[in-house]
Amino acid sequence: MHNCSIVQQLKDLKTGKYSAVELTSHYLERIKKLAPLNCYITVLENKALEAAKNADEDRAGGRDSALLSGIPIAHKDIFCTRGVRTTAGSLMLDNFTSPYESTVVEKLRSAGAITIGKTNMDEFAMGSSNENSYFGAVRNPWDQSRVPGGSSGGSAAAVAAGLCSAATGTDTGGSIRQPSAHCGITGFKPTYGRISRWGMIAFASSLDQAGPMTRTAEDAALLLGIMAGRDKRDSTSLTDPVPDYSASLNQSLSTLRIGLCEEFFREGLDSRSEKVIMNAVRVFEDMGVRITSVSLPNIKYSVPAYYVLASAEASANLSRYDGVRFGYRCDNPVNLEDLYKRSRSQGFGNEVKRRIMVGTFALSTGYYDAYYRKAQQIRRLISNDFKNAFEQVDILLGPATPQPAFKLGEKTDDQVSMYLQDIYTIGGNLAGLPAMSIPSGFADQLPVGLQLIGDHLDESRLLATAHQFQQQTDWHLRSPELETGE
Amino acid sequence: MNISEKVVKETAELAQLVFSDEDLSVISGSMSEILALVEQMQEVNTSTVIPMSHPLDATQWLRPDEVTESSHREEFQKLAPEARDGVYLVPRVVD
Repeated sequence: MHNCSIVQQLKDLKTGKYSAVELTSHYLERIKKLAPLNCYITVLENKALEAAKNADEDRAGGRDSALLSGIPIAHKDIFCTRGVRTTAGSLMLDNFTSPYESTVVEKLRSAGAITIGKTNMDEFAMGSSNENSYFGAVRNPWDQSRVPGGSSGGSAAAVAAGLCSAATGTDTGGSIRQPSAHCGITGFKPTYGRISRWGMIAFASSLDQAGPMTRTAEDAALLLGIMAGRDKRDSTSLTDPVPDYSASLNQSLSTLRIGLCEEFFREGLDSRSEKVIMNAVRVFEDMGVRITSVSLPNIKYSVPAYYVLASAEASANLSRYDGVRFGYRCDNPVNLEDLYKRSRSQGFGNEVKRRIMVGTFALSTGYYDAYYRKAQQIRRLISNDFKNAFEQVDILLGPATPQPAFKLGEKTDDQVSMYLQDIYTIGGNLAGLPAMSIPSGFADQLPVGLQLIGDHLDESRLLATAHQFQQQTDWHLRSPELETGE
Repeated sequence: MNISEKVVKETAELAQLVFSDEDLSVISGSMSEILALVEQMQEVNTSTVIPMSHPLDATQWLRPDEVTESSHREEFQKLAPEARDGVYLVPRVVD
């Protein structure tokens, strides 16, 4: 039951094949047996079982109208959960119990989902390998000597390993799509502002976006419909009505035009991954989709622009951690300055400090125009490239990552090489576009993610395209072999 | 661009961070590397490009100026490393 889609699990719960308590207990058991994967920072065993019991009682009493009633979902530990520790993968928030609930968690809970735990992540979502967590690296379920990707690595590995029905993630530069690709699951980043950021610990506010991480595009459509929508507590959340994503999954794609991003198939793309992606292109061709080639001439500047903008915004957002009101405080501060400096220097890990430094530098007097303003101008050029592309095609296609999952420790000493892991995903964040990674095959037994990028608010068509691809292929149904003694 | 240890110290002061002498050279090395990557942007002529701060060029919507939040002071102060009688405690600032 642990590898079934949510849609299937809901049917099974309804027919009584198993109960919510059985499903939740099964996941809790697997979480214990597969603890070395290090997917979870916090497991909510008692609360989850209690919620499952309530779901079963509601169902028995005919009160199971909630869409996700009895489905155990894991939340990336960047979403504030009322009364539950919320760490953002950092020593800074190791002792932080959130006094309020994020909108994403609140909406999923109201829809009947059970919060089974909080997943491991790169500290403050900064990283592409999940090796920057204060709570240790997560291991890729397909090959435990490899990274799961990041920053939502715990969520991706937990879904792939069958440790929850689905998970939430956040994507600032690829943090949903890149780990989803490495772990062979479906990861969806909606249009910027589609889902409320309220209660989501901020990294780079003009880029951050939450999304579902699931086994199928159909499950992603179901979760997105619940998570999306205007929230008066997030003034950047979009006011556009939320369509019924599930209802349009089988819309006709007979006129669909897909564009291959030329720049994504050049030097830097692993030949094994390229082969897998091109096989996926042939599946679309067989479905009758018209495939053309499009160019995004400025996309090569996306990584440089991103590291200025994201670091600058992070340096401002993370200034709130000062050791005074909540979070980590250093021992025996001699004065206020010492309190600030040592609390921050001890509470943050190296990658977070590096980005705060780069961001502070880029915003400092004399450098603002050369770095921050320049990066914002490049951002517009990249966004214009996408606009031009969407005049020619409906959806852009390419790889999600340059190569399959790399070894733990392989890139930890080379941060530029690590940053370039997000080369295909960052453009979607800079332009605020919906984008997803779906399983499209294997290279040397490791999953390869296919990236689809849509125009602003074109989530329905994107999900339908992914869903219909999944009707023709079975890559999304494959699961890693894991020793649990079951 | 090469970031000297002096610039690292000045930036660290602005960011309220402190680095050991050994870490100073490490961080100046990694900042220099990252800024070398960032320098690629300078190849592009952007003199007529309007900077983009919001991906959808949206403007902030406003709400009526009404009190919507109630006070949670006690609940919030329970999270503080040190708080007493409704105030957050820090080392003495004025003698």
